[in-house]
Amino acid sequence: SWSWDRTSWQTYATNLSAFPAAQSEHLQQKMSENGALPLRGKVLTLDTMNANVKKVDYAVRGPIVQRAVQIEKELKEGVKKPFEEVIKANIGDAHAMGQRPITFFRQVMALCTYPQLLDDNKFPEDAKNRARRILQSCGGNSIGAYTTSQGIDCVRHDVANYIQRRDGGIPSDPDNIYLTTGASDGIVTILKLLTTGEGRTRTGVMISIPQYPLYSASIAELGAVQINYYLNEEKCWSLDISELQRSLQAAREHCNPCVLCIINPGNPTGQVQSRQCIEDVIRFAAKENLFLMADEVYQDNVYAEGCAFHSFKKVLFEMGPEYSSKVELASFHSTSKCYMGECGFRGGYMEVMNMDPEVKAQLTKLVSVRLCPPAPGQALMDLVVNSPQPGEPSYQTFMKERTAVLSALAEKAKLTEEILNTVPGISCNPVQGAMYSFPRITLPERSINEAKAKGQAPDMFYCMKLLEETGICLVPGSGFGQREGTYHFRMTILPPTDKLKIMLNKLKEFHQKFTQQYS
Amino acid sequence: MAKEVSECTVWEIRVMKLMGTPVGDRNNWSISNYFYLQVLAACFYPALLEDDSLPLDVKQRAESLLRECDGGSVGSYTDSSGITKIKHCVSQFITRRDGGVPSSPDNIFIKSGSQTIMLKLLIHSKDSCQTGVLIPVPTYASFIIALEEQGAAIIPYHLCEEQGWTLQVEELRKALHTGRKTCNPVALYICNPGNPTGHIQSRKSIEEVIRFAAEERLFILADEVYQSCVYGDDTEFYSYKKVLSEMGSTICSTVELASFNSVSKGFMGECGLRGGYMELVNLDPAVKEYASRLFSARSCPPVVGQIALDLMADPPKPGDPSFPTFSEVGEVFAELPGISCQPLKAGFFVFPCLHFSLKAIKWAKKRQMEPDMLYCLRLLEETGLHVRPGCEYGQRKDSHHIRFVKADDFHISLFKIKDAME
Repeated sequence: SWSWDRTSWQTYATNLSAFPAAQSEHLQQKMSENGALPLRGKVLTLDTMNANVKKVDYAVRGPIVQRAVQIEKELKEGVKKPFEEVIKANIGDAHAMGQRPITFFRQVMALCTYPQLLDDNKFPEDAKNRARRILQSCGGNSIGAYTTSQGIDCVRHDVANYIQRRDGGIPSDPDNIYLTTGASDGIVTILKLLTTGEGRTRTGVMISIPQYPLYSASIAELGAVQINYYLNEEKCWSLDISELQRSLQAAREHCNPCVLCIINPGNPTGQVQSRQCIEDVIRFAAKENLFLMADEVYQDNVYAEGCAFHSFKKVLFEMGPEYSSKVELASFHSTSKCYMGECGFRGGYMEVMNMDPEVKAQLTKLVSVRLCPPAPGQALMDLVVNSPQPGEPSYQTFMKERTAVLSALAEKAKLTEEILNTVPGISCNPVQGAMYSFPRITLPERSINEAKAKGQAPDMFYCMKLLEETGICLVPGSGFGQREGTYHFRMTILPPTDKLKIMLNKLKEFHQKFTQQYS
Repeated sequence: MAKEVSECTVWEIRVMKLMGTPVGDRNNWSISNYFYLQVLAACFYPALLEDDSLPLDVKQRAESLLRECDGGSVGSYTDSSGITKIKHCVSQFITRRDGGVPSSPDNIFIKSGSQTIMLKLLIHSKDSCQTGVLIPVPTYASFIIALEEQGAAIIPYHLCEEQGWTLQVEELRKALHTGRKTCNPVALYICNPGNPTGHIQSRKSIEEVIRFAAEERLFILADEVYQSCVYGDDTEFYSYKKVLSEMGSTICSTVELASFNSVSKGFMGECGLRGGYMELVNLDPAVKEYASRLFSARSCPPVVGQIALDLMADPPKPGDPSFPTFSEVGEVFAELPGISCQPLKAGFFVFPCLHFSLKAIKWAKKRQMEPDMLYCLRLLEETGLHVRPGCEYGQRKDSHHIRFVKADDFHISLFKIKDAME
């Protein structure tokens, strides 16, 4: 007869899954015959779980945020702290920081949801017309109905028209447009589609360092190979083709690089790539047979003088048929950023160019699994690409609100760069676009050692201390990737200007204190 | 349908009163049984909170929900597993549903519809020994694609059509035995109520399945999204969690279960909003930590869907301004000859009973059609009104019903039906 203590059983049970199936069944039978079927070990443990999941890390909502939430609870319970509130400058959430939604968009959403309001004369005619149009395209005239998996027809048409206008007339086919649940959904879907092979033929995905951790998390989850190419911090985070070349060559030794991801305007770095740079990247992708993924969710967030947003698609087409008919490109946009800040709606789209038709069919099948993106998000995306035009009743107010948001962001971008650069030990590149600053911090040797002793990344150690002492919640640079031996943090520029000033000054004080403390 | 008051019949006035429409105000058809649409609209556009036309309970609910949103906006991100208050609301809903079985918000993850996260945790797509999932035949196509996408081996088990699509444990056993020859089965997927079968598992059947999963060490994935679509007097929905909780201490504290529910089916039918949740039972806490991480990498579920979930889990109660309209429907129907309706206890579907004359029944039989189906076709032809016949949903033999699909035309539907019956 057998006797097993629980832990032995669990180890044994997990090892069983490595046994040939028939043998394990035989063993189970034997054990039950002996009346010795022990306590049921869990089916799903860390050992039996999909190993890829263990590598998934999304710093933006990682341990520092968990601690911030805990501190907020403590503050509510009346625990005394050296500060009165936690400032969540970790996540690109504009509304959470007090930015107001665009009135027109919310009016149309209310009309779509509760069509009775179409009879209410407090709503402008242009809002009502948009609502009616959207509802007519929805099943059962309701925004609560399922939509087709690729997204509501009229919305995709409007997206195509927007892209065409934006790109100076270059045609866009609604069939190449997929509405998505935020841009993240589109990005992960394309990565899924492209990830294949085993060992040396496993898909390699090139991504900038620093990068937005959705990419590293998804690559880990899918078991693809992450290929880092470093942005040039000395040159305002610009992209060097020689660096792309170097990283690609090295990667070819151990995987099959076939995807090149680029975030423009950049997250977390805020750089806006020049037109020349974009052309160079396209040329590189063409030469090396890489599928280009252009994350352009911050396309309206461009502040620095001399900088402009150039869409990858536009540049691609202006480079002539040699490139425009060949290079495979997926570009992504979302309702979460720009001047809208509607993160909670989970609205987004992707446009795919030059995709093999059979692969595209598979893509269409893939998106059908999750049935459809949220209809309200699709409706909102429609409004973003089909916003009030000159002459329409809501135009004035719309433009006023849009301009106010973007100019406030531009002001805060400048302010952040200026103040941070006055701090000895902090150096901040110009925030050319997007919503973040990613300054480099010099950390005293002692603090680095203490962090390492704790098993913590030195910038995580720094950010944790910052949180505990000032209530400011940032994300350490280690969550985004950085050159070995350098340290950074990512801070959003979203808090209202007054609060931002206070925050930056507190940060300044803290850094000086920290440097002294660990000198 | 604008008419002067003097032109309305007494009956029509009664309907308008029922709908909460100010009688005589022919421009204002504000329908007060649109609680959840109004709450959503107010959440989108809070300026509506200053509107007099919205009932008090709508305003209060919208305000309390907006308070839970960062910056008071539904445009903000939320916690990746959902707004805490809404998770509490859902856990209370579950507890009520299950007759008191406790449910913790910590085990609830709000998500936008699919079961992919659990599949991601369970399935190793690279190993030499493929992970297997038992699935019923028939089942709906997109779930199969989801499994294929994760690289799972599909182990089909057949439902017994002759007995109304029941799940037989012997069939499960056979399937598992076959499956073990070629892969490593780890999970058992159940859809109850069934899609597409419409079958509802008996309590006994659920117990058998749980016992089977316990013996064979399988993780149960219980897809219960149709739980509020239960028609017929003799059927009752039992949740896997409830049944599990009532089965001996060894089983109830060890069998791992993930149950899924959503706002897409049942009385709300708001599929486009993508609101749903998953409740985890007996999951290894270390694994739960990783589940949370997977959720956080997906930022957060759509806020609108979360709000819809809150409204589903906590609808207007007796006494709330938005409640009474449901229960008075029966009286209105009483005025119509040949049609009667049970008091509406929930939901947006009205399922009145039609009393056909023998002549009408005979006529339908001659055309080889169900009488209510024929009625619906005639109604469509003569009035343009689209309702579904009861035979599509299940009803006692020789009883006939119709189901209204579009609640926002409800009052117009009533007028048309009345006209048609005359």
